[in-house]
Amino acid sequence: MPDSSSRSRRLDRRYVNALREIGLAIASVILALAVGAVLLYAAGYSIEDAYFNLYYGAFGDMYSISDTLLNSIPLIFTGLAVAFAFRSGLFNIGAEGQMYVGALATAVAALHAPTEFSPFVIVFALICGALAGALWGFIPGFLRARTGAHEVITTIMTNYIAILFTTYLVKVSFSDGGPVDQTALIPQTARLPELIATTRLTWAIFIAVGLVAVVHFLLTRTVFGYEIDAVGQNPGAAQYGGIPVSNRTVFAMAVSGAIAGLAGSTMVLGVLHRFITYFSPGYGYTGLAVAVLARNQPWAVVPAALLFGALQSGGMSMQLFARIPADLMTVVQGLVILFVSAPGVIRFLGRTVSFRTWFQRIQSPTSSSAGKGASK
Amino acid sequence: MEWVEAIFSVGTLSATLRLATPIALAAMAGTISERAGIVNLGLEGKILGGAFLGVYVAFLTGSAWLGVAASVVGGMLMGGLLALFAIRFRANHVVAGVGLNILMLGLTTWLMQVIWGSRGTSATVSGLSDWSIPILRDIPYVGPVIGKHSPLVYIMLLLAPILWLWLFRTPSGLRVRMIGEHPEAADTVGIRVHRTQYLCMIAAGALAALGGAHLALGHLSWFSNNMSAGRGYMALAANIFGRWNPIGGALAAMLFALTDAMQMRIQSTQIAWPTELVQMLPYLLTITVVAGAVKRSRSPAALGRHYEPGKAE
Repeated sequence: MPDSSSRSRRLDRRYVNALREIGLAIASVILALAVGAVLLYAAGYSIEDAYFNLYYGAFGDMYSISDTLLNSIPLIFTGLAVAFAFRSGLFNIGAEGQMYVGALATAVAALHAPTEFSPFVIVFALICGALAGALWGFIPGFLRARTGAHEVITTIMTNYIAILFTTYLVKVSFSDGGPVDQTALIPQTARLPELIATTRLTWAIFIAVGLVAVVHFLLTRTVFGYEIDAVGQNPGAAQYGGIPVSNRTVFAMAVSGAIAGLAGSTMVLGVLHRFITYFSPGYGYTGLAVAVLARNQPWAVVPAALLFGALQSGGMSMQLFARIPADLMTVVQGLVILFVSAPGVIRFLGRTVSFRTWFQRIQSPTSSSAGKGASK
Repeated sequence: MEWVEAIFSVGTLSATLRLATPIALAAMAGTISERAGIVNLGLEGKILGGAFLGVYVAFLTGSAWLGVAASVVGGMLMGGLLALFAIRFRANHVVAGVGLNILMLGLTTWLMQVIWGSRGTSATVSGLSDWSIPILRDIPYVGPVIGKHSPLVYIMLLLAPILWLWLFRTPSGLRVRMIGEHPEAADTVGIRVHRTQYLCMIAAGALAALGGAHLALGHLSWFSNNMSAGRGYMALAANIFGRWNPIGGALAAMLFALTDAMQMRIQSTQIAWPTELVQMLPYLLTITVVAGAVKRSRSPAALGRHYEPGKAE
């Protein structure tokens, strides 16, 4: 590579690389929405009607925007959780289950807090949620480190177990006695303060963004973060370099679980005000799409979560007003994951649609990181 | 001990075979693709897609067997698609597989509402009628368990040894295993690595979708939202527990199915065990099995790697 010598040139390339990543992410989303349009057309719906309602439901008015933000908050947590685990080379599909146990622990803590001092109750409930999530993430992390059990299989199983187990606990110990399996409402002192009246938006959004900053700091400015990245990029080299790989694996999964647990905590303290069985529309799984789209960069999780939050609220309005099932947005999610996982697809399409020169210009000469092996 | 009787009755064992079929077929799919070096996490989506296509075509044509054929063709397409992403576009196998699963979950749930207007279950179609095998059904004790089943159960039971023979006793099976262990060496002796991988993934897609067809047309006769319920992931666990061997995978699938049959059995009797805890059994067993099995088994050496022809390591 003749041009990598001067410093300004290198900065240039980093800039170009970042732009390229963003370009690929945007292209993936557009491509996924385009496939969605084909499906709409094939099923006989009006594409215009569908996507207008999708847009309007996501950004159309203040109510839509606040709904989008509201949907994005749990996705910031779950996306961040998945991204963090991914940095250490682990694919945590268990965010959904970690969120459920976090939510139940938070609800129970809020109901049984030893004091009525609001900040204490909230912090106490959040910590309980994070710890429960951490425990739920610790189990697959420990099994991976100790026995080599693939975390994708074990975390899927811990999801099913978490949902069944929390349902069981609510039925047996924490039910409010009504027809729905749910806990009693948590006291006013335990609820997160409203941010803007009548929008259901709470301080949870600051907790989410604050946590992104903390994780960013952890990953870029601390030894622990460096080690996590080293383990994720090359466990063999990390081991050789003296990093206790299995220890970091367990720790990364526990932290990831704690972050996902907070998704449940803030849902309970900010939105639901109680634990309700089967409350999640799949925030944990959407978190996968968020993390993949964000390329596991903590700050990029925020816009990615906003995008999927927007698709969720837009999808609901599409279902309501255009009578098109909102599950189309799950299709879009799956497609985004597929396209982002294989940047080659976008480049291939770019070439065939003869954007060739444009793509060559923004494509760096080294294209090595296309994909590392999955399991060991 | 009424629960012991309930669990080990003829009914439970017969149900075990029926419930094992989709997991076993998907486990064989996992074995073939992983022996060729490709991690196949898309099994869940292929089961789901196969189940949906089978019901839809049976719904349109009134023929369950045409539905099964459609499942197989659809499975081949899904397998080919995932192979395209994993091989041609060099996607991380795990991420792409999970992407396919989410895609198929969304697509089937969406189409179900578009076609049948319900998010829960599809219309009921005519399923596959059971086969009653003349000699088998007359064997004492064993007869009631294996004598009468949906055809795909027998196909599964036949496929396990056939695939074993192919993988471990034929030259082409050896070539596949060589790719999973050392693609460079395979390439050197003239094996077309990528072409073989595509073929294996397409075959695996057909097998997993056949499992879906059994779920929707053999076991039940309708499609329901997310009806695979983690079986694709259990199948991968079964494949690992069975040490990347079709027969081992099928046996492991039967172990999972036994717990599933037991939990269904317990729920249908008067035994007052908490439903949720009993339903957790298959999932708990899967975790235990993967955690216990991996240490003693070894995956194909080049599993999950991208192979570029003509590039030395």
